[in-house]
Amino acid sequence: MSLRRLHPEQPASFAFNAENKACCDQWIAKYPAGRQASAVIALLWIGQEQEGWVTKAMIEQVGRMLDMPYIRVLEVATFYTMFNLAPVGKHLVQVCTTTPCWLRGSDDIVAACKKQIAPTPRTVSADGKFSWMEVECLGACVNAPMLQIGKDFYEDLDGPMTEKLLEAFRRGETPKPGPQNGRHSSEPAGGATTLKERTS
Amino acid sequence: MARKLIIDGKEIEAEDNLTLLQACEQAGAEIPRFCYHERLSVAGNCRMCLVEWVGAPKPQASCALQVKDIFPNKDGTPAKINTKSPYVKKAREGVMEFLLINHPLDCPICDQGGECDLQDQAMAYGRAAFYRFDENKRAVEDKYMGPLIKTIMTRCIQCTRCVRFATEVAGVPDLGATGRGEDMEITTYLEKAFSSELSGNIVDLCPVGALTSKPYAFNARPWELRKTESVDVMDAQGCNIRVDARGPEVLRVLPRVNEDVNEEWISDKARHACDGLRTQRLDKPYLRKNGKLEPVSWAEAFAAIAAKAKATRPQAMAAIVGDLAAAEEIKALKDLMTSLGVANLECRQDGAKLGGPRPSYLFNSGIAGVDAADALLLIGANPRWEAPVLNARIRKTWLGGALKIAGFGVTRDQTYPVENLGNDLSALSKIADGSHAFAQVLKDAKRPMVIVGPGVVARPDGAAILNLVAKIAGDTGMIGPAGSVAEGGWIGFNVLHTAASRVAALDLGFVPGQGGRDMAGILDGASKGEIEFVYLLGADEFDTAKLGKAVVVYQGTHGDAGAHRADVILPAAAYTEKEGLYANFEGRMQRARRATFPPGEAKEDWAILRALSDVLGQRLPYDDLTSLRAAIVRQVPHFAQEGLAAAHKGADPAVWNAIGLSGQVDTSCPLASSIKDFYMTNPIARASKTLAECSRIFSDPAHKMAAE
Repeated sequence: MSLRRLHPEQPASFAFNAENKACCDQWIAKYPAGRQASAVIALLWIGQEQEGWVTKAMIEQVGRMLDMPYIRVLEVATFYTMFNLAPVGKHLVQVCTTTPCWLRGSDDIVAACKKQIAPTPRTVSADGKFSWMEVECLGACVNAPMLQIGKDFYEDLDGPMTEKLLEAFRRGETPKPGPQNGRHSSEPAGGATTLKERTS
Repeated sequence: MARKLIIDGKEIEAEDNLTLLQACEQAGAEIPRFCYHERLSVAGNCRMCLVEWVGAPKPQASCALQVKDIFPNKDGTPAKINTKSPYVKKAREGVMEFLLINHPLDCPICDQGGECDLQDQAMAYGRAAFYRFDENKRAVEDKYMGPLIKTIMTRCIQCTRCVRFATEVAGVPDLGATGRGEDMEITTYLEKAFSSELSGNIVDLCPVGALTSKPYAFNARPWELRKTESVDVMDAQGCNIRVDARGPEVLRVLPRVNEDVNEEWISDKARHACDGLRTQRLDKPYLRKNGKLEPVSWAEAFAAIAAKAKATRPQAMAAIVGDLAAAEEIKALKDLMTSLGVANLECRQDGAKLGGPRPSYLFNSGIAGVDAADALLLIGANPRWEAPVLNARIRKTWLGGALKIAGFGVTRDQTYPVENLGNDLSALSKIADGSHAFAQVLKDAKRPMVIVGPGVVARPDGAAILNLVAKIAGDTGMIGPAGSVAEGGWIGFNVLHTAASRVAALDLGFVPGQGGRDMAGILDGASKGEIEFVYLLGADEFDTAKLGKAVVVYQGTHGDAGAHRADVILPAAAYTEKEGLYANFEGRMQRARRATFPPGEAKEDWAILRALSDVLGQRLPYDDLTSLRAAIVRQVPHFAQEGLAAAHKGADPAVWNAIGLSGQVDTSCPLASSIKDFYMTNPIARASKTLAECSRIFSDPAHKMAAE
């Protein structure tokens, strides 16, 4: 795990947009008076959804909204790896490299990302469209190896398939999420072997 | 409820509200620990306090296990706890290895060496091992935490004591732990200085050498130091300190535990003023000749004083006691001046309208009494600066949940919320007549208290304010039954002081005698030429330009305001260089002890006055400290009760109706704190480079903005 620090280049300001502001208020209202700090993860997440990453200005804004010292918000932001502390590309590619995916060839997927996006993780590609990172288990082991782009899982990948996938995104298309090798859901790779006939 | 435990084969009864660690200590077992600290919340993250609960599947962290959670064995016999078994030894050795695997083991260049918990416990509970150096150790960048705290963060074992202290005790949540797991780091928010008046205490709390004292860096090893138990004079709380000196130099000041006074904290000013003891010192007598101060012999200086004193009428002479004087020299100066017939005596440089019955100028609740209070009214007090350790105590009580606090003119953040009743005293009369909402809070409280700040009593209408506050105290049940809090007694009328000498000087009656002039009168007289001779006993905290053409004798330690104006300078001993009695604002008599000798030709204050009295032909009747102290006790018997605060003698109307003077309170005048700059309140602090740096950093507007 790399050191989690705030990015050296920071935008000057941050403000939640009207829709997200309402969403924040909803989260804050969930907790009893004096316990607003409980909403800190939710607010940082909403902020990250809006900006793509957690900025210093965002941390301070959240601190003010929840009446928390800035250091307390920074502690949370640096603790959870789900918060990106550096800018990310338009499509954030999260490659699972935990044991099942790794056994099924996640190394090839990482290599494809290195080739297609950037040689190092957490680096925005030259065209600004991508950045990639390794993450721990995303809970899709039955379709290993897999990766997550934005909020969608792309499963049953190998190296060439990953490259094709990324190229499609680069062209502005949105490939269908799920298994990429023609498999349906997590059924056996060659099609069903039992219960072939539907009875009802 | 208590329950039985068998700890190391010994059956004891432990209270339910204890932790297992405390129960083990009661049973006489020694439990090593890093993160656990009695005055902080339990973190349970160092794992050093592991013990064996026979039958439990794993070793138990005793600091985080409560006695009430320990159930007896199935057959009903008490649970067995082992703290010395091979199982425990092995567990602790394992924990120690985990702590050491990333610790640099740079003890030879570490300032904590010799007083390091990790060093000591590695010796006692660790194992010999050579494979700690096989792998790379984690390296952590050092953090900036201000001018007082040096950080070597690679040494940090993440006990989080400093973070908990900052958040809980200091009330300045500037510190935090970022990252997680191996990458966890202790830091301030974006390298901001830790802006607490109590910041130095995290150096004491740090069990390793990660946080050390910046001014003391690479100065000395603990075993080289001569340790003297003394009291602090930087504020009037009388915090118990230990003065560590080597040769003629005081190298550092550390707190001592005194539950009734300072628990185990001291302010940064108390801790770091010690470098001021070495600079700007007056080390020989001086005499002003042709407008220039020139060094002279003691005899010549005394002769010059005697010539002027003998040629001056007693009505044209005055003496002013400064803020750092001990009771001995106050008594000697009072006796000398009285024998010369001088009535213009003053110890209240700030013009405080205090005097009269003893409870009228004391912090009567006692510092420990704050723990029991449930409503607090601050009147023009800024305890965060005027008595930082007391402020931590108020915060502790507030954190306990029962304390409601309101205040007049409390503009600074006190580290706890204070309901602001206005920046002037216009609402005070409403509290007095009971029509204000907070008057009801005070009335409903079981133990209400009021703290009158030194800035308020120094106002021209100070006596009228005191009178009104005493009335409020009487009406709201602050003057309760006699006796200590434990005995069911209560008294909530408190006056806060900032001058360490003040209570002793008032006890000894160093106030204008019959027909004598007070502070304003003396300065007025001096400007008009009516006062021709002024004796300053370390008095620097007033406008010396107002002394006019008077001949000024300055007896003191530092070349500060008083010495610059003086015509004769008598070099004296600072609080670490003499035996002295100090009464804190509770009236608690405590003894400062000599850690080093005064520099050069400087002498102890009372001895200077005794020698001078001989030259003036009014020899004082004491030849040594013992007989001087006996004379003090004859005048003020409670000075014999060392270490005890004033006892509350109950609601005596003769006392409580005589506080202050009834008069008009000026309701339009805004309230102001008595302290403009926390780090620069006395000659020793002003001579300290360390505190000058603090003052520069913490009074810098840019820093203030970052802090808000």
